[in-house]
Amino acid sequence: MCKDCGCSITDNHSHHHEEHHHHHNHGNPTLEDKKTVEVITKILDANDKQAESNRKHFDEHGVFAVNLMSSPGAGKTALLEKTIEMLNDELKIGVIEGDLETNRDAERIKQKGAPAYQITTGQACHLDAFMVHDGIHHMPLEELDIVFVENVGNLVCPASYDIGTHLNVVLLSVPEGDDKPAKYPVMFRSADLLLITKVDLIDYFDFNIEKAIEETRKLNPKVDVMIISTKDENSLKNWIDFIKMKSSLRKVRT
Amino acid sequence: MHELSVVQSLIGLIEQNAIQNNANSVSKVIVKIGKLSGIEPHLLKLAFDSFKEGTICQNAELEMIIQDVVAKCENCQKEFEIKDNSFVCPNCKSFNLQVIDGEDMYLMSLELDVGV
Repeated sequence: MCKDCGCSITDNHSHHHEEHHHHHNHGNPTLEDKKTVEVITKILDANDKQAESNRKHFDEHGVFAVNLMSSPGAGKTALLEKTIEMLNDELKIGVIEGDLETNRDAERIKQKGAPAYQITTGQACHLDAFMVHDGIHHMPLEELDIVFVENVGNLVCPASYDIGTHLNVVLLSVPEGDDKPAKYPVMFRSADLLLITKVDLIDYFDFNIEKAIEETRKLNPKVDVMIISTKDENSLKNWIDFIKMKSSLRKVRT
Repeated sequence: MHELSVVQSLIGLIEQNAIQNNANSVSKVIVKIGKLSGIEPHLLKLAFDSFKEGTICQNAELEMIIQDVVAKCENCQKEFEIKDNSFVCPNCKSFNLQVIDGEDMYLMSLELDVGV
């Protein structure tokens, strides 16, 4: 499959390799058995290169790709179900699902009529660019406008991995509490858009929306925010408009 | 925890560099871990020490440099350390910051045994 699209990781990798590496021999010339080599390369370098290649795939097809991240149960799959329903074929959506076990989320998406591919990560608590690359090859990209990658439910690990999408959307549900941005700064800093979800439950929890937004913006001053409930289609109008707008901006060709 | 995945990437990167330098083994690995890289240094060390068995890093010591988060203000051009996770310029209060260090993990250098 990878040969078809010319995106073989090994090629890509050795390609960029040399330019990032600076080797200096500080060894003792009379005793050539120890050598100190300066490397200065990101530890996740291979992942980042694969992420760039994934983004190119999406770009070649004019597909807008979104990385959805949150803790388990914040409503990622419910949001996708509702989004597919509300877009009503106006835009074609594909979903790459990441979960430790089961393909239940992919089944839920397929029920809504959208192509979905489940990556079961086993013990891995996050998706990396290689797993998403595998997922991309199971997506009919030429037929799609948007690909959502539903990351593994986890507020820690997924934040460290660029998976090659264009936008990071982080969901924070009302039952989780408004203290999560301060507790998980790396995740909330990575967000381009924060969705405060399950706002229909606001009367039952001590969740201060203003505080959640303020703490996120302290970490991440440029983040956009929407407040939604999948039980209320009106609250999702902005989200649907936003998705349509962003998708159209990805189709502009030079 | 994704420390084990990070260690797998790290050891892969070390192996490449060791092969390029015809090394027999690696005696020291120096990494720089940003305070906002999302990695717990203590767990990274544990993961490295258990995963290195049977690899070229078997006898390697891992040295970690813990990097503060440093940003540069695009408005007033001042460089400063981010404290208390507040991403605002302490000098001019601008949000227009470029984080220049402390969000990533780097393999900095290796001490290799090249033998005779």
